[in-house]
Amino acid sequence: MSTIQAHDIDNTGDVPGKRTALVLGHTDFHQVTNTICRPNETRKPPMAWYIMFGISMLLVMNLGFVVHYLIFTGVGVWGLNNPVMWAFDITNFVFWVGIGHAGTLISAILFLFRQKWRTGINRFAEAMTIFAVICAGLFPGIHVGRVWLAYWLFPIPNQMDMWPQFRSPLLWDVFAVSTYFTVSLLFWYVGLVPDLATMRDRAKGKVQQMAYGLFSLGWRGSNRHWHRYERAYLLLAALSTPLVLSVHSVVSFDFATSQLPGWHTTIFPPYFVAGAIFSGFAMVVTLAVPARELFGLKNLITLRHLDNMNKVILVTGCMVGYAYGMEFFIAWYSGALYEKFAFMNRAFGQYSWAYWIMVSCNVITPQLFWFKKVRTSIPLMFILSLFVNVGMWFERFVIIVTSLANDFLPSSWDRFVPTWVDIGTMLGAFGLFGVLFLLFCRFLPMIAIAEVKGVMPQADPHWEGWHQSHGAGSNPAAAHSAHGDPS
Amino acid sequence: MTTLTTQTSAPSSTVAPARLYGLVAEFENPAQIVAAAEKIRDKGYRYWDCHTPFPVHGLDKAMGIQRTILPVLVFVAGAAGCTTGLALQLFTNSFNFTIWALVWVTGYPFLISGKPALSIPAFVPVMFELTILFSALSCVGLMFLMNGLPKLHNPLFTCDRFRRASDDRFFISIEARDPRFYRSKTEADLKSCGAAAVEAVVED
Repeated sequence: MSTIQAHDIDNTGDVPGKRTALVLGHTDFHQVTNTICRPNETRKPPMAWYIMFGISMLLVMNLGFVVHYLIFTGVGVWGLNNPVMWAFDITNFVFWVGIGHAGTLISAILFLFRQKWRTGINRFAEAMTIFAVICAGLFPGIHVGRVWLAYWLFPIPNQMDMWPQFRSPLLWDVFAVSTYFTVSLLFWYVGLVPDLATMRDRAKGKVQQMAYGLFSLGWRGSNRHWHRYERAYLLLAALSTPLVLSVHSVVSFDFATSQLPGWHTTIFPPYFVAGAIFSGFAMVVTLAVPARELFGLKNLITLRHLDNMNKVILVTGCMVGYAYGMEFFIAWYSGALYEKFAFMNRAFGQYSWAYWIMVSCNVITPQLFWFKKVRTSIPLMFILSLFVNVGMWFERFVIIVTSLANDFLPSSWDRFVPTWVDIGTMLGAFGLFGVLFLLFCRFLPMIAIAEVKGVMPQADPHWEGWHQSHGAGSNPAAAHSAHGDPS
Repeated sequence: MTTLTTQTSAPSSTVAPARLYGLVAEFENPAQIVAAAEKIRDKGYRYWDCHTPFPVHGLDKAMGIQRTILPVLVFVAGAAGCTTGLALQLFTNSFNFTIWALVWVTGYPFLISGKPALSIPAFVPVMFELTILFSALSCVGLMFLMNGLPKLHNPLFTCDRFRRASDDRFFISIEARDPRFYRSKTEADLKSCGAAAVEAVVED
């Protein structure tokens, strides 16, 4: 099977009055199906897949160990102390929830804005969302200490005859994150059903046929079904859009509604949402670059897709930089002594190294994306996306730890130093994410097959190619029927 | 190539002849299926459908599909979610009624940071989340239910040719239970629309 090597065609420019091709090197629908299904249908994934899976699996085993150690010993095994009662646990929670936001932004908001380039990346960005929220959910689950009492979080009658306290943002968070997970999963699954039907119809083995057949629910591409499906998809996008903005706002309420200097600010909800999209897009680039390389998807996740994502990273990076500056301005302008101290302490106090890592990774390095050469260079964008991931992790660390460690009374100040359990749990979450993502790459179509076909010019019934051939007998589709029946 | 063939995809066996489910016609591109759907619609068939690998623009109109009422149902579900959120929070945090909800439960009027018992602004986030949750669950659930899914088996799946409906081909199926279905006439109708192939599908 010879694929047209079209990925060196530059589709990053715009010609006025013309639509830029989003799918390169594929002249018919069957080729698209083949390209996307190939990584799932090959007998063995590439060697790099096994190596990454091995590393991730080791980290997951380590996660299992440290979590058990934590539960059987108590949260004292973390480096937490009296003023710093939240540190790595909540840093990781906010980091992972934030990562998830890019997936929903791509699947919902870009859908509502008719950004057709989203079809190339939405499937695995949504998968990333789900796995990131799973990693996020782990941390509040284990940091409560007595994990066996986690059901106190939910409004279920319990032995104390007490209810959860609904005026607390921590409880809003329980509802926001669990709703977010459920809705993201539904959105992802609804998008998957037609593609699972494609996998079912192509499957050679009995097991694959049964599995894909079961989860495709008997989808047969009926147009009466497509009609309701498209409505439902639009509704889900419209529901997810306010949801994704609300989730990180509610996460920021955990901080903003407290009275701690450095947390108690009104800028937090928009600032957290911008930061979440920033970090999430960086993670999408981090995952997309190796995935398109390894699985031969360069013609579907083209340079234009990556260029667009880098532009989003640049914009949200500027928003985050603006928020950092505005926090300092408000601290000075408010005249509040404690607020002023909190910010001077961030930049020049005991955690100033973390603060400057954050500023250089989140504000300074993304500015390189102003240059098209950088936005379209694969190695540079990969490195910059890693910088952003690191920077956004440190942002949460700085916000949480600096504010807690040095609050109102100098006599109660302390210092947080992570223990090996803290670090083990953090790395373990990356392992969990890696395992889930690699399994997804192996067994599910990484790109939305039906949606990509829908944005090809050939999908339009009025495409000129279909009408020139009418009656002439030289149908371009007929020329491709030599691909053979998949039966 | 475009050849007009009619064949029965049922395995030839000695048992009683299987009941005809309907006819399936294959088309090669979106332009053809839209044109064909308009013709089939105008012939007055009722139990027929188009099968495409992706939603084809304009096919709903060509088939004469009525707009689904799904959005209305989702709105009702969302309103129910919002009400549930408010009722849940008022009951558990603002009053001390006792009601029966599978077990006897009593509310508890929390006094937190001097906020009033009916502190609606603090209840907004959870009301919002439950609105979205109820809407999204009912949206997906009702969409599949109205589509008659999950239904893992359909006679169309016995047709090998039909597998390409999820890949690169476009199909029209007309069921035998349609009052206007006559095998030879329907077959001629489908062929006259420019079908590349017409095949009979039997119930199994």
